[in-house]
Amino acid sequence: MKPPMLQMQNVIVDFDGFKATNDLSLTIESGSMTVVIGPNGAGKSTMCDAIIGRVRPTSGKVLFHGREIQDESEHGIVGLGICRKFQTPGVLVALSVIDNLTIAATQDRRWWRSFGKKGEAEARAKAEEILDKVGLTERRDAIAGNLSHGEKQWLEIGMVVATDAELLLLDEPTAGMGAAESTQTANLIKTLLGKHAVLVIDHDIDFVAQLGGHVIVLHQGKLLKEGTLAEIRADEEVAAIYLGRQK
Amino acid sequence: MTSLKSSKPIAGGVALLLALAAPWLLSSYDLNLLARFLALSLTAMGLVLLWGEGGVLSLGQGVFFGLGGYAIAMHLKLVGLGPEEIPDFMVWTGLTALPWWWAIFRSPVAAVLAVFLVPSAIAALFAWAIFRRRIGGVYFALITQALALAFATLLVSQQDKTGGFNGLTDYKTLFGFNLNFPSTSVGLYYATLLFVVIAFAALTWLLGGRYGKMLRAARDGSNRLRFLGYDPAPYKIVAFTVAALLTSLSGALFTLHAGVISPALVGVVPSIEMVIWAAVGGRESVIGAIAGALLVNFAKDKISTAFPELWLYGLGLLFILAVTVLPKGLAGLFGEDHPFKPARWRKEKAPEPAPPLAPETAPREEETVA
Repeated sequence: MKPPMLQMQNVIVDFDGFKATNDLSLTIESGSMTVVIGPNGAGKSTMCDAIIGRVRPTSGKVLFHGREIQDESEHGIVGLGICRKFQTPGVLVALSVIDNLTIAATQDRRWWRSFGKKGEAEARAKAEEILDKVGLTERRDAIAGNLSHGEKQWLEIGMVVATDAELLLLDEPTAGMGAAESTQTANLIKTLLGKHAVLVIDHDIDFVAQLGGHVIVLHQGKLLKEGTLAEIRADEEVAAIYLGRQK
Repeated sequence: MTSLKSSKPIAGGVALLLALAAPWLLSSYDLNLLARFLALSLTAMGLVLLWGEGGVLSLGQGVFFGLGGYAIAMHLKLVGLGPEEIPDFMVWTGLTALPWWWAIFRSPVAAVLAVFLVPSAIAALFAWAIFRRRIGGVYFALITQALALAFATLLVSQQDKTGGFNGLTDYKTLFGFNLNFPSTSVGLYYATLLFVVIAFAALTWLLGGRYGKMLRAARDGSNRLRFLGYDPAPYKIVAFTVAALLTSLSGALFTLHAGVISPALVGVVPSIEMVIWAAVGGRESVIGAIAGALLVNFAKDKISTAFPELWLYGLGLLFILAVTVLPKGLAGLFGEDHPFKPARWRKEKAPEPAPPLAPETAPREEETVA
């Protein structure tokens, strides 16, 4: 049987006794949409960190197409096909928008390639395509450091998409966006499905509703519930942790 | 703006013509100074690549300057000696035979190769060890400063083999040319100018292409780069290695013009002075670095002749001014956006330049392995 695209098996990330993820297991299938919600400190970002190699699990495994990746280097993991957008926009501030996207779209990422032109034209063409998709055509040659917060968010989403990774992790992609921009972002994300699997972390329940997809609720580093948004909304335990009610 | 832009190549051309005509325009004393300072500008150019574009502040460039300088000086001390003879200072300190690593430098080819290859190899290994562990910012600056100190101390302590505090001096001929002839001085001046032009062209090419973009990306967001699937370390290793090569060449040429290399030219203070040349000229501008090296050193020559005790204060003041008022150095005055230009003339505000000591400081973003 073919293994699922991504599996986390009993992952514990222990920060000096505080278990940011505590025996967390979950599965993500190719081309799917997963939304992760949960109160602050539930371990959502740490979960992403553990997948992309930013933190190393104290115990447990992360499997990508059946291959253990929890000890791979960060850039090695991206090479395998997982890319993440961070909570605070991280763009390359000194470079233009198009250069940001071109660097992201370059498929051969070995350092000595930077002395030649091989693969540059393809990456540039791909970058132009993404530029249009994320609506930054008019800002093509602007320096990324001069973009507004919202534009940086879009640029970074564009960069993550441009890497052509199979699994995209988007950590709060709508932070600092208005309602109209959030809707645009949701529409953009939906066009990615099928080709990419997308995992989104967000607090905004309207945005989560627009995305549709499978919802996972994390609480105290553990998977509390999963299901459709309607099921999650109807769940009393979820309501309890969000509203702080005692059972 | 367009008029300023189109005037740049013309200004560059005029400067090059003046430099070519310098042997007819300057006294032999001033020509020698110009040649020395042009040689030093290679060090500043290396720092533009490493510090300005790569965000890596090295306070130990004196080590590479010294490696280049001593390599050529060892050769110069050996030419003209018979097979059994050893350099004068060795005789005085009681050494009877030439150490094997000195003997290699009898060959001019070996000496020239050593100028190019030894510092590059050491720099590449050192940078590989450091950047792979994600050490950066202030930590890197401190490690390199310690290296400069250790290097100078080692040279002084091994007096019988290095000439000690006095270094190596009193050269006669280079590749068969008498170093005391004016024609040799002029030839060396043109050779230095040629190296400066080549280095300028090479750096412009390197920084204008993909590598330059990747280096800036590694400077401003090595984590973002890592999570786009790149290893940021090699870009910094290349920058450090190229800077070391330029600095070594700079040291070798300077030694030829000055007729001496000694620990006083390679230690902590000279290494910091090298950073100041780049800071004053503009650490993001190759042409600015050349101007900075020339200006600071001519100023040093004039001021320290007139008021010997004042120069160090002047140097400190220059550095403070460069960092606070002109973070892009003199080159910033000619850029799109400088502090004395009225706000309405400015184009889009440039992104905040990285602070001079700690761009993307190690402890926060990079987990520093101390």
